[in-house]
Amino acid sequence: MANLAAVVGIGQTKYTTKREDVSIAGLVREAAQNALQDAGLHWDEIDAVILGKAPDMFEGVIMPETYLTDALGCNGKPMLRVHTAGSVGGSTAIVAASHVQSGTFKRVLTVSFEKQSESNAMWALSSPQPFSTHLNAGAGGYFAPIIREYMRRSEAPYNVGIKVAVKDRLHGARNPLAHLQRPDITMKEVEDSFMLWDPIRFLESCPSSDGACAMVIACEELAEQGPKPPAWIRGVAMRSEPTMYAGRDEVNPQAGRDCAADVYRQAGITDPRRDLDCAEVYVPFSWYEPMWLENLGFAPEGEGWKLTLEGATSLDEDGDIPWNPSGGVLSSNPIGASGMIRFAEAARQVRGDAGDHQVKGARLALGHAYGGGAQFFAMWVVGANKE
Amino acid sequence: MSEQQEPVTGIEVPIYLKYNFTAGAGPARFLSQVKKGVLTGQRCPRCDQVYIPPRGSCAACGVATEEEVVLSDKATVQSFTIVSIPIPNNPIQPPYIIANLVADGANISFIHLMSECVNEDVRIGQRVQAVWKPEEEWDYAMDNIRYFKPIDEADVPVGQIGKLPVSGWKG
Repeated sequence: MANLAAVVGIGQTKYTTKREDVSIAGLVREAAQNALQDAGLHWDEIDAVILGKAPDMFEGVIMPETYLTDALGCNGKPMLRVHTAGSVGGSTAIVAASHVQSGTFKRVLTVSFEKQSESNAMWALSSPQPFSTHLNAGAGGYFAPIIREYMRRSEAPYNVGIKVAVKDRLHGARNPLAHLQRPDITMKEVEDSFMLWDPIRFLESCPSSDGACAMVIACEELAEQGPKPPAWIRGVAMRSEPTMYAGRDEVNPQAGRDCAADVYRQAGITDPRRDLDCAEVYVPFSWYEPMWLENLGFAPEGEGWKLTLEGATSLDEDGDIPWNPSGGVLSSNPIGASGMIRFAEAARQVRGDAGDHQVKGARLALGHAYGGGAQFFAMWVVGANKE
Repeated sequence: MSEQQEPVTGIEVPIYLKYNFTAGAGPARFLSQVKKGVLTGQRCPRCDQVYIPPRGSCAACGVATEEEVVLSDKATVQSFTIVSIPIPNNPIQPPYIIANLVADGANISFIHLMSECVNEDVRIGQRVQAVWKPEEEWDYAMDNIRYFKPIDEADVPVGQIGKLPVSGWKG
């Protein structure tokens, strides 16, 4: 039986295209210091550090965790690096949580980052292999055919993705840390934006951001002594599946469904739309909101888009289950950190500490991340109460 | 010497990594066949599904695949995207179509280029066939196929995509 653990400190940087004033080390230290300050702690009160980022080829710094030990105050302390592609921010938070839930450490700092301005993600993801044609047109090129298949199956109206793109940017405009600040965005503007990877338009895609996110996770006894309310970790789950196997359902991956079922069972959730107050879900391309609404059981298969169009996921339309109140990946995308931001923003909601994007009275929230060819999934449920 | 100097805040340093690719048994066999202009898959002994390119095992069953299956160079469009941005290191000019194609006799898609088509007419279920480079240019590479082009055959219903025999589609 796992021990109770909770998020007691959260720190983020302001997400932006280019942080020229700091190095990678400066960026992660800024987030870590913000998290320590939020928790009312000092560096020497941290037992271990768990770090995550997207593949090393992005910035071309191999094993950056070794050089970041100084910046993260962990010389002489245990440190671990986590790798699960775009879902890594979520997996890293879960690895950190497990080190506290197991009783190994009492207080762990977990950090994830990406400095996309010093990187070229599209190149890093496009190394040629002879058994396949060299046609890797970035993540959008990979996911566009899957979205097209979802649109065919669900017979969703063409403007669902446009609606998500607007909704998440309006949410982002409430969050001063969000990269894109577009309180004036319109459906027409999104629809008229450049078609990058048909059916994905420019404004239906996430930005490239510099940024880092950090959390302090503490055991039950120490969590109760913190200056701010803890976000109790009520369930954690990770699942993966092979990227390529015959008969794989890429639109509605089995690993995502299994991961959700596991985390819901731990948290006592039987109807996610009813039982949860909000969700921070990894939606890098707008159509992934209706797709994940179905994969995560918020709507029956083929009907996720109805929740989106009804406004159920919108703060501005007073929806019953706001998705990505922070603005989501569509508003900020420092890739390696994007999953942890989802987890951290879910925790902010149940701590009642989410500022202008606070979901009123949020007590139970889902944090979600996916990565690679939608083959890695990481999820947690956090609550204002221990159980 | 001037007292005033502009601070250097950043420089661009391109990094190149060169890999030697060791194919392994499954892909090596596939590549030596594709060098002869033949597409081959491998069948899983447990689930009977045929993989291309074969990696030597079935990822769903976790068992080795050994039986080789010669596939057709005709295929069906499982899905696709029309791309409007260039690919790094690739001379192809946008807009171009990248399609997920399932070769007749195979049960899993691979991606390849589609050409000689009207972009707006490309659709799920459409029938296509490989257009190969001249034989003297063939190498150990899937790029021996220049692209796939539409052929005059009836569309495959969605439920049949990925399930056609190597003899093709008689719709």
